[in-house]
Amino acid sequence: MNNKLLGKSIIAFSFISVVLIISALIFMLLEIYLGGRSYLTWEFLTQPPREGMTEGGIFPAIVGTVLLVIIMSIACIPVGTITAIYLNEYANKNSIFTKMIRFAVNTLSGVPSIVFGLFGLGFFIQFIGAGMDKIFTPAGELNWGQPNILWASLTMAFLTIPIVIVSVEESLKTVPDDLRAGSLALGATKWQTIWKVVLPNSISGILTGTILAIGRGAGEVAPILFTGAAYFLPHLPTKLTDQFMNLGYHIYVMTTQSTDVEATRGIQYATAFVLLVCTFSLSFIAVIVRYRFRKKIIT
Amino acid sequence: MVENDISHKNSLRRKFRLGEFFAEYVIKGVAFSSFAIIILIFVFVFKETLPIFSPQEQTATKTEFLQSESYGDEPATESSSEMNNYSSFTDDKKDVADWKNLGGKEWQPVGESPKYGLISLIIGSLKVTLIAIFIGAPLAILAAIYSALFAGKRIKEVIKPVIELLASFPSVVVGFFALVTLATFFQNIFGWTFRLNSFVGGVAMALAVIPIVYTVTEDAIAAIPKYMMEASLALGANKWQTALFVILPAATPGIFAALLLGFGRAFGETMIVLMATGNAPLSTLNPFEPVRTLSATIGAEMAEVVVGDTHYTVLFLIGSLLFVVTFMINAIAEFYVRAKLMKRFRGE
Repeated sequence: MNNKLLGKSIIAFSFISVVLIISALIFMLLEIYLGGRSYLTWEFLTQPPREGMTEGGIFPAIVGTVLLVIIMSIACIPVGTITAIYLNEYANKNSIFTKMIRFAVNTLSGVPSIVFGLFGLGFFIQFIGAGMDKIFTPAGELNWGQPNILWASLTMAFLTIPIVIVSVEESLKTVPDDLRAGSLALGATKWQTIWKVVLPNSISGILTGTILAIGRGAGEVAPILFTGAAYFLPHLPTKLTDQFMNLGYHIYVMTTQSTDVEATRGIQYATAFVLLVCTFSLSFIAVIVRYRFRKKIIT
Repeated sequence: MVENDISHKNSLRRKFRLGEFFAEYVIKGVAFSSFAIIILIFVFVFKETLPIFSPQEQTATKTEFLQSESYGDEPATESSSEMNNYSSFTDDKKDVADWKNLGGKEWQPVGESPKYGLISLIIGSLKVTLIAIFIGAPLAILAAIYSALFAGKRIKEVIKPVIELLASFPSVVVGFFALVTLATFFQNIFGWTFRLNSFVGGVAMALAVIPIVYTVTEDAIAAIPKYMMEASLALGANKWQTALFVILPAATPGIFAALLLGFGRAFGETMIVLMATGNAPLSTLNPFEPVRTLSATIGAEMAEVVVGDTHYTVLFLIGSLLFVVTFMINAIAEFYVRAKLMKRFRGE
């Protein structure tokens, strides 16, 4: 009897947990949508902020975020994909070199995002940027040795490389060995096999990795806090040494450092909603790509 | 005849191809980059903390500058005995982060004699992290048990992606939600004096911890060999008995890893605590008072410091601390679990 009760309560509690988590998620979504609903207009998406950030839209922040993830992807997709190819196609599973790389990838995915920010500041801005200034810029001027969109994007790329690696490797693993063996048996070299047979079959993994990385890069704020994000800029960034506005950073400064926090509540909600829609739709697309791909392999 | 034989052998031997050789080594080189990145992070975050470990040269430059500036109102601030003690020890070096200063309880990086006591920040980080784990982990583990063992196939296919969707909430949005909605909601219920406190931060952080703990636990349960469950059911145990007495014990290392990873995530998370915990460096154990965590301190203050001064160095020291702690937690999670799981499934 006692045991039966225990069993029932385990099932009940575990069910309640699921319900609680999902309702928290829905509540959060609804709250943010309802709070920003009245601000969500076409103008909001296409206009720069006005009247000291209390009116207008978030267009520069959207552009900044898009530029950030584009530069980030250019850096992290090739590196991540090639690393995954090495780990799955070339690496000897038991060699120390492979173990080192695996350990590094695991560690990299666990490093707190704020540490990436510090690293970006210490490495890209203070070391590489300042070094470039010494060579290319006339003395006394700062060109590369200060926060800008390039350094922020590269910092973000370091953060997202493990995501790409994991996702691409997963899809490389699902390519049947028969295909590789067939290609090699027909006289293709290893690289030809990878390029012509393995990669085309794992394109969805690369796609998923890219989408997930972009979703992560668009949402993270900590790494760009002091590597390039700006509170307000009158112009859109036009070159790599410009600072940029960013959706996540916009939410952060508007809620904590703006002059009148209460007056801009609606803008904050609406910005948060736009960011949420971006990251959600990206991860949704990733799920669909993965699902369709799985189907294709089975049939 | 002999010639023919030789050419035959040659054609069998693997030909050297420049392209292949090149491709392999380029790929190997690029693959090495993730290891290089870890090393670079390690080097460049620690490099900036070096002045703390060799304070001599730094004080020489700081002393003159600070003395000339702080003589005027120095005596007035020496009222408290603690201050007295402190300044008699470090008579002429005010802005110094020695171990005594770092081990203090007060965090007051701006002012006459800055105090870089890390204790209150460490307490803050631990408080928020533990609250997040205590709230988030049971929910996540139970949810994982439900979706792995009790839920029907259809329901499972809905639950899993939905909970994992929680992971794609940017932390700044969770922080915003906590700051605006959650804090007000809790204050209306409990009537706190401080709207933003470590409990609000902890609850919000739980939302960030849940997807990690859920996913890792689910994977751990899914990795348990089917025959264990089937054997238990065949012996007449019902579903929940199997879950409680067979599956759960077998999945314990995985669940432990999930907790560790959740802890690591919460310990290093910045935006949520930066926005939702009030950011006052108090070193109390009361969960309903504002706290300031290690990560939030970096996020809030790094933009305002002068590159290379003591405050900057101390912030990098905090960063190194975060790096080392999360690094060790991840390493323990990985090695412990691998060793344990291997042992268990070999049947020892």
